[in-house]
Amino acid sequence: MTGVLTLYRTSVGKKVIMALTGFILVGFVAFHMYGNTKLYQGPEVFNAYAAGLRDLGHPVLGYEHLLWIARVVLLSSVVLHFWSAMALTGKSQKTTAANAVGTLKRYGVQKRQTGYAAYTMRYGGVLIFLFVIYHLLHLTFGAVGYNAEQYQHPALDLKNNTYIYNVYNNVVYGFKNPWVAGFYLVTMLFLGVHLFHGVWSMFQTLGLNSAKYTGLLRGLAILVAAAVTIGNLTFPLAVYFGFVQ
Amino acid sequence: MSEPKNLDAKAPGGPIAHRWDKHRFDMKLVNPANRRRYTVIVVGSGLAGGAAAATLGEQGYNVQCFCYQDSPRRAHSIAAQGGINAAKNYRNDGDSIHRLFYDTVKGGDFRARESNVYRLAQVSTNIIDQCVAQGVPFAREYSGYLDNRSFGGAQVSRTFYARGQTGQQLLLGAYQALARQIAAGTVAMHARSEMLDVVVVDGRARGIITRDMVTGKIERHVADAVVLATGGYGNLFYLSTNAKGCNTTAIWRAHRKGAFFANPCYTQIHPTCIPVTGEHQSKLTLMSESLRNDGRIWVPKKKGDTRSPQQIPEAERDYYLEVRYPSFGNLVPRDVASRNAKQVCDQGRGVGPGGLGVYLDFADSIKRLGKAKIAERYGNLFDMYAQITGENPYELPMRIYPAIHYTMGGLWVDYNLMSTIPGLFVAGEANFSDHGANRLGASALMQGLGDGYFVLPATVPNYLAGIKPGDLTIEHAAFGQAETEVVGRVKRLLGNIGGTRTVDSFHRELGKLLWDECGMGRNDAGLRRAIARIPTLREEFWKGVRVPGEGSDFNQELEKAGRVADFLELGELLCRDALHRAESCGGHFREESQTEDGEAQRDDEQFSYVAAWQYTGDLAKPALNKEPLTFEYVKPSQRSYK
Amino acid sequence: MKLTLKVWRQKNSKAVGEFKTYQADHVSPDMSFLEMLDIVNQDLIMKGQEPIAFDHDCREGICGMCSLMINGVGHGPKTAITTCQLHMRSFSDGETVTIEPWRALPFPIIKDLVTDRSSFDRIIQAGGFISASTGAAPDGNSIPIAKPDAEQSMDAAACIGCGACVAACPNGSAMLFTAAKLAHLSFLPQGKIERHQRVLNMITVHDAEGFGNCTNMGECSAVCPKGISLDTIARLNRDLVMAALKGLEPTVGIPVEG
Repeated sequence: MTGVLTLYRTSVGKKVIMALTGFILVGFVAFHMYGNTKLYQGPEVFNAYAAGLRDLGHPVLGYEHLLWIARVVLLSSVVLHFWSAMALTGKSQKTTAANAVGTLKRYGVQKRQTGYAAYTMRYGGVLIFLFVIYHLLHLTFGAVGYNAEQYQHPALDLKNNTYIYNVYNNVVYGFKNPWVAGFYLVTMLFLGVHLFHGVWSMFQTLGLNSAKYTGLLRGLAILVAAAVTIGNLTFPLAVYFGFVQ
Repeated sequence: MSEPKNLDAKAPGGPIAHRWDKHRFDMKLVNPANRRRYTVIVVGSGLAGGAAAATLGEQGYNVQCFCYQDSPRRAHSIAAQGGINAAKNYRNDGDSIHRLFYDTVKGGDFRARESNVYRLAQVSTNIIDQCVAQGVPFAREYSGYLDNRSFGGAQVSRTFYARGQTGQQLLLGAYQALARQIAAGTVAMHARSEMLDVVVVDGRARGIITRDMVTGKIERHVADAVVLATGGYGNLFYLSTNAKGCNTTAIWRAHRKGAFFANPCYTQIHPTCIPVTGEHQSKLTLMSESLRNDGRIWVPKKKGDTRSPQQIPEAERDYYLEVRYPSFGNLVPRDVASRNAKQVCDQGRGVGPGGLGVYLDFADSIKRLGKAKIAERYGNLFDMYAQITGENPYELPMRIYPAIHYTMGGLWVDYNLMSTIPGLFVAGEANFSDHGANRLGASALMQGLGDGYFVLPATVPNYLAGIKPGDLTIEHAAFGQAETEVVGRVKRLLGNIGGTRTVDSFHRELGKLLWDECGMGRNDAGLRRAIARIPTLREEFWKGVRVPGEGSDFNQELEKAGRVADFLELGELLCRDALHRAESCGGHFREESQTEDGEAQRDDEQFSYVAAWQYTGDLAKPALNKEPLTFEYVKPSQRSYK
Repeated sequence: MKLTLKVWRQKNSKAVGEFKTYQADHVSPDMSFLEMLDIVNQDLIMKGQEPIAFDHDCREGICGMCSLMINGVGHGPKTAITTCQLHMRSFSDGETVTIEPWRALPFPIIKDLVTDRSSFDRIIQAGGFISASTGAAPDGNSIPIAKPDAEQSMDAAACIGCGACVAACPNGSAMLFTAAKLAHLSFLPQGKIERHQRVLNMITVHDAEGFGNCTNMGECSAVCPKGISLDTIARLNRDLVMAALKGLEPTVGIPVEG
């Protein structure tokens, strides 16, 4: 218990929480991107993938059980990731606001010496968080971003006692709207930058980085960030330009 | 003026190798339970002060430690580069405690006290052990064992080092030990506090008066013993390799309260510093003398030769050290190298701005060993040189010139490191030390830590055991009087609203005067000129110095002014000491005392003693007391490097 | 050379500070940055004004006393040197130079460009040492240390405690300073014994002093005059995780949560 308390009490501990939850969330976005590439295999495969997610772990686990476990873990991760970010940011702002030149400016002149990615983490994170809410309301619940009758909710198949999903239809209609597609594109770029710093940072925070491996880990971060970003960017673009109909 | 008298160092007798052991047994101890009732003030937090404060704290005394910097980690010991000597004989090359002792006495040109030097050589080995245990990251060989190098012309490899930052690492070791005691509550640290006077009650040092440099508050501190470890006074010369804040105030104030000042004219001049570039120069930068291992020193044969060094053909270059000292060449000791550089520059053959510089040329070494090898050995020094001068030393020869670097003189202390004021101990560079008239490379760190870790922690308790603890408060009249004096002085310094000159301009003038008349070379006439000028300069200072701001504030000009005021007094004593010592020895060259071929001529007959000056109330008439020096183990001989 | 200086002037820690503009007219490229300020100060004194207060001491890049944000960069535009080692040839004639103190909660401004960095001392007091009292040490060679370990320890030990890392860190974190001391000691066998307790104690005080939190941005290492590597921070993090797994409690004051 003392150990958990140490993580909670200390700044480094909170970072460790951020890194561990970040690890889970990186795993999720990577898997999510990979799963979505089934979009290119047509409606049947893609819809079956959506349905299959509910059935993951069958027959050991019951219908949607693993999905719910994943949802709980992911939601907790988001909450903890967000909490640690808020706690750390709040303290840092107190540090830098004291003796500052103005309320919004710490120095009269300040020049950045390192890459830009690390500077985007906070507002990038907030944007991604808002995006996730929109994304759920949009593609999962069909509550926003669609014209009437475009979104198809899961239909109960009485014969097989299961639901029929037409997520393919929802994706295609969803990205037909240029504003929606644009929002997705912009967010994905931020996600890419967030991952570029976040993935390397995760290793650094967990103490797995060292002079010998830092190049390798930076490379890995670029790979993960690029794969997720480029993969995710193709979906709205493919729909928008009519490659997926 | 009181009659000159002979001083007794109270060094124990008997075989030299057993003196320290015997003395340690003879000294009195304080019961562990009583120790916290004794308060010890330590002024200065460098190698000597930091180590002493930490160790006395570990022993259980109540220690109050003061430094003028914002943290004890910044004391100027940090700037020492080369290394620290110890008679470990890890190289099996014939080193021993006796050899280190012998080399140090000889290197000091037979003007040091044998008993002290022997003790220094003895504790040198403990210092290394202690530092390793503390985590000082000394250089290692691939075996994992400690690496050594030979340094400053020593014939054995006894110098331990941590890259070019040995002083920094040793100081951080002491600083960390001090931090541990601060956390434990045995040491109270007062940073940004400057000691402005010592308080003497019934003939014993009982406290100090300080100025809080942030709030300007003048404070009284009472103790049972006071340790001064406040470093040297090289900044007297304005341009030196010392930190800007280094000053003499603590020891000078103690001198005025009765502590004798020994051998003030013994200053060390380091040959490999970067030359002055102009009037704006605020300090000089030293480069490790290890550079002389691979660099060749030369000047043009012709006077006023303004060609670039590459255009001067080999035949028109004078490699003067190699010519004059064929067996030692460029590796002659510091004093010889410095003196010769001055000589060739005085002849008008100096190079660079103002003609005050000689070349240190690596072209041959680069040809022989390759640029990579030279970069590996001296890369950081070359970078530093390029940074300061804007010249690339891989292509152009470096320009170097000697600079004031260390002061062997200081308050006179006995074998217990106690001054002539009972209860006032002086350690490290602040005392007149174990180095005699010339200090060997890598031995200042050794002395600072030896005094701090091993000598004071034995001798201070011996003193404390003989007195009753804590029988005085800061309400005593002596504190009031000392405080009044300090407050009055601060007021006087701030009084000249319409002053016409800044503190720096006075300091520069004093420095230039001393460098010219009492620097590397000295003569009777010049010294008399300086002695005539300094009192008038002092008068001009008190009448015409402009110190802006207030006393009750953070005021750097006020700090400087107080220090320069004391330099203006010490400067005169320095010249008087130099004038009286009509011999050349160690670091200083008295022009009237030289051999036929222009080498330094020591005069053992007349000057084999420590000159300990006593303040008489009249700066023009200090009283000379002598501690005769006898050499039982190292027979005095004339040094020769031909 | 002629320069325009915009300098932060602040009477004391409680006063409100402001930028003031000064002309430095007789600047030689051979001057160090601090010598340039010396000259400006000499003029100010003779004009009856208060000189600009700034911290400095050794003026050769080792004591760590000098500071200054110069045109928005800690220790100025050149890498791997301190302000006192910066020379005016790194600036161009007619340039405007903005000079500010380190700005962070645990570094209160004492006056003008002078800050109080005693919070660093308190971090070291929390455990930045090996608990070896004088006299107890075995022979120096009885603790062999592999050369690569000694070298890495020395790399970290080169820290001069100037505070540029905190000043440059957008979070005002002192993680690089803390990590450098921890790495210096933990690379050595004699320092490994207290390793995990040490990190927990030092981080506890680091946080309590009001330093911000590291987000691995790397600004600290980029401006560090001694080039201390971010690896030291990874090492700190690893040691803290180990301390947590071991269930250690800090043996120094617990910070106020917030």
